[in-house]
Amino acid sequence: MAAEPHTALSVRGVTRTFGGLVAVDDMSFELAEHEVLGLIGPNGSGKTTMINLISGALKASRGEIVLFGENVVGESAHAIARRGVARTFQLVRMLESMSVMENVETGGVFGHARRWGAELRDHARHNIARVGLAGKEDEPVGALTYIDQKRVELARALAADPRLLLLDEWLAGLNPTELQTGIELVEDLRSEGRTIVIVEHVMDAIRSLCDRCVVMNSGAVIADGTPREVLADDAVIAAYLGDAHV
Amino acid sequence: MDILIIGVLLGGAYALMAVGLQLQYGVARIMNLANGEILVAGAFGAFWFFTGSQVSPLITVIGYAPVAFAANWAIYRYLMLPLVRRSKSEGHLEVDSILATFGLSFILVGVMLALFGGEFFSYSFLEKPFDIMGQPYEQNRLVAFLYAAAFCVGLYVWLHRTRMGLTLRAVSVSPEASRRVGIDVAGASALAFGLGGAITAAGGGLLSTFLVFDASIGIIFTMKALVIVIMGGLRDIRGSIVAAFVLGLTETAVASLIDPGLTLAAAYVVFILVLLFRPQGIFGRRAT
Amino acid sequence: MTGTEKTGLAVGAAIFLAAAFVPLLSGGYGLSLAVTVVMYAVLTTSWTLFSGPTHYISLATAAFFGLGMYTVAALIDVFPYPVLLVMATAVGAVLAALIGLATLRLSGVYFVIFTLGLAEMVRQLVTWVQTTMGTSSGLVVLTGIDEPMIYWQLLALAAAVYLASWRIGRSRLGFALRIIGGDEVVARHSGINTAHAKIALFVISGSVAALTGAILAPRWTYVEPVIAFSPMLSFLVVIMALLGGVHRLWGPLLGVIPFTFLWDLVTATFPNQTALMLGLCFLLIVYIIPNGFAGLIENLIRRRPLLAG
Repeated sequence: MAAEPHTALSVRGVTRTFGGLVAVDDMSFELAEHEVLGLIGPNGSGKTTMINLISGALKASRGEIVLFGENVVGESAHAIARRGVARTFQLVRMLESMSVMENVETGGVFGHARRWGAELRDHARHNIARVGLAGKEDEPVGALTYIDQKRVELARALAADPRLLLLDEWLAGLNPTELQTGIELVEDLRSEGRTIVIVEHVMDAIRSLCDRCVVMNSGAVIADGTPREVLADDAVIAAYLGDAHV
Repeated sequence: MDILIIGVLLGGAYALMAVGLQLQYGVARIMNLANGEILVAGAFGAFWFFTGSQVSPLITVIGYAPVAFAANWAIYRYLMLPLVRRSKSEGHLEVDSILATFGLSFILVGVMLALFGGEFFSYSFLEKPFDIMGQPYEQNRLVAFLYAAAFCVGLYVWLHRTRMGLTLRAVSVSPEASRRVGIDVAGASALAFGLGGAITAAGGGLLSTFLVFDASIGIIFTMKALVIVIMGGLRDIRGSIVAAFVLGLTETAVASLIDPGLTLAAAYVVFILVLLFRPQGIFGRRAT
Repeated sequence: MTGTEKTGLAVGAAIFLAAAFVPLLSGGYGLSLAVTVVMYAVLTTSWTLFSGPTHYISLATAAFFGLGMYTVAALIDVFPYPVLLVMATAVGAVLAALIGLATLRLSGVYFVIFTLGLAEMVRQLVTWVQTTMGTSSGLVVLTGIDEPMIYWQLLALAAAVYLASWRIGRSRLGFALRIIGGDEVVARHSGINTAHAKIALFVISGSVAALTGAILAPRWTYVEPVIAFSPMLSFLVVIMALLGGVHRLWGPLLGVIPFTFLWDLVTATFPNQTALMLGLCFLLIVYIIPNGFAGLIENLIRRRPLLAG
């Protein structure tokens, strides 16, 4: 019997409205374990809302979000985090009064791994090193550059040993050199066989990092396939450039 | 019926103090916990001019409005704005402004105690009765109500019909976006803070025509104003006005049916119910 | 445990041991002042346990304190005193849990207003119950408990509170609270049940305040709502804690000691100017020493603090 790839995440008919505005409209897609999925689309197409629905920051108005076989719609963010979902934020969120070390430890204590004491410190140090911040453990995060803060955020997410990692425009706002470093970092994660959802505008990153892409427009899926396929899709080009260009 | 009329009349003056607080919080984003002391200062002003020089409180509240405006404008400009500028996050500013306005409220209590002593004070103004549906009520309550109503309508029209009013409303919706279209947010905030303070002081002057005051009672009014503003949904002055009537009626009903000592407890129960079941306010829309 | 922590613990133990001898050396006014100092040390430290890391300014101290005191005063003829202490603690815990469930998911301003009015509401209700039940406005508390005994009980409670705060500061719960204070969104997405964490500490803080009120009930032979639920108590606790500094375990104590003496002096000489003094202290905290005396001292010595909480 061939080994079926296990499904990590299955989004089924998810809708989210804000008042009269439909931000996410009947979305459905699947993500297998060890797969890297790009969630792309023009500004305001509902990508971040979708991430917020998966991570539990928002609750779906309708539909099912199945994580590792269980429907988690209605669960709060901390419960979903404890199931092994970790994320970064579109705008970096640092714990300003804490050191790099403590910021990263935050990820490892309360998730599904629940580390503490010396084990936690070693684990945090390891993750700080792997995002390239070794030696900066005791610095206050306020003193870091923007990319280093993004690194801290990634290390914090990794410290949770995530079974599903959500990167919300993690590469946005980086200069070309930093971007290259950033892409290499995510590539490393991918080669480790992590399960990742990437929301991104940077097309180079999408092409090189993603196994598959889901393209959103006006809250709905307009294309689903390999990066090469979807980026050649007429509907996708129309969504990005306007209908006149087709 | 008695309860209904007295409650509505009380609600009118409450509306004024709540609208003052709301203007400050809505535009300047500072929850002014010294609001009650500004109100008591207004009441003292009305009392002082009436007993000293027989000036009608109805004239006084307009006369001292510029003074109250200037004082509150200065409080924002010199005490609050430095806090806004140094704050790293909204939470940080919130804690700072809570502590600073509490400090201010205690200082004002201290100053009023020093000037007027710790006695209760009240005076007789328009204590003649008038009839509504055969029942006699004191004229001062009716006059205060009409005055408060005129203020509220005037403010509403000003906010919605003038350029300055539009500016204030824009800042209350989004300080960020306002800044981008070239609005002087700090200036607008100071203006709203001053205006809110002047309105609250006027409310105090009107309330003093029929309520008894002392120097340290301000905190009670701060709480009532806050309950009203939160009940009304923080954003729209119409919500606060309706909520003020709800509170006025509730208090009057509890005072006459159960015990006058329980008015604040009653306001509180209303507040708790709102917090539990409609945290966005009775008339507010849920934030997205 | 590191070396500095051991030293800290030893110094703390020595201070408590020395403090235990106060009633033997001084009676009357000195002892009474010592009771006040230890009372505020307990109240501010337990207040800081919750409000320090979360930045939720709680003004509910008087509500807890008063309920604790009333539990003892109302039932002193029915139950033995030690049972009443347990009951008072439980009452405080239940009230704190209820408040927590109702308000802690809301923003800071709501919480302040809620707690500010709570003591006043409870006071009005207690007064009303007493008058409608036909009794007088106060309750007589007659026990054989004298001032030194009150002092020792408070001192023991203080030791327990310091020890518990120190343990919590080093625990997952303490870390969780600091993260919540930093960014609640990050806290939730890291797997912290923010509501539970906040309620847990608020309950501890509230039950300690109730127990403190219960222990102090015998100090007044006649307990009235105005004494038990004095809103001033809540404000004094906030001021002393912030004046001392809430980022260190020993910070609040640095506020309590000078403030208690100053307060005593001002109430004795200028009784009308206490409000003015409170106001000035608030402004001092906001504009000049945001990290309290503890922050000042740390800036002066600029090295690792001996008693890092």
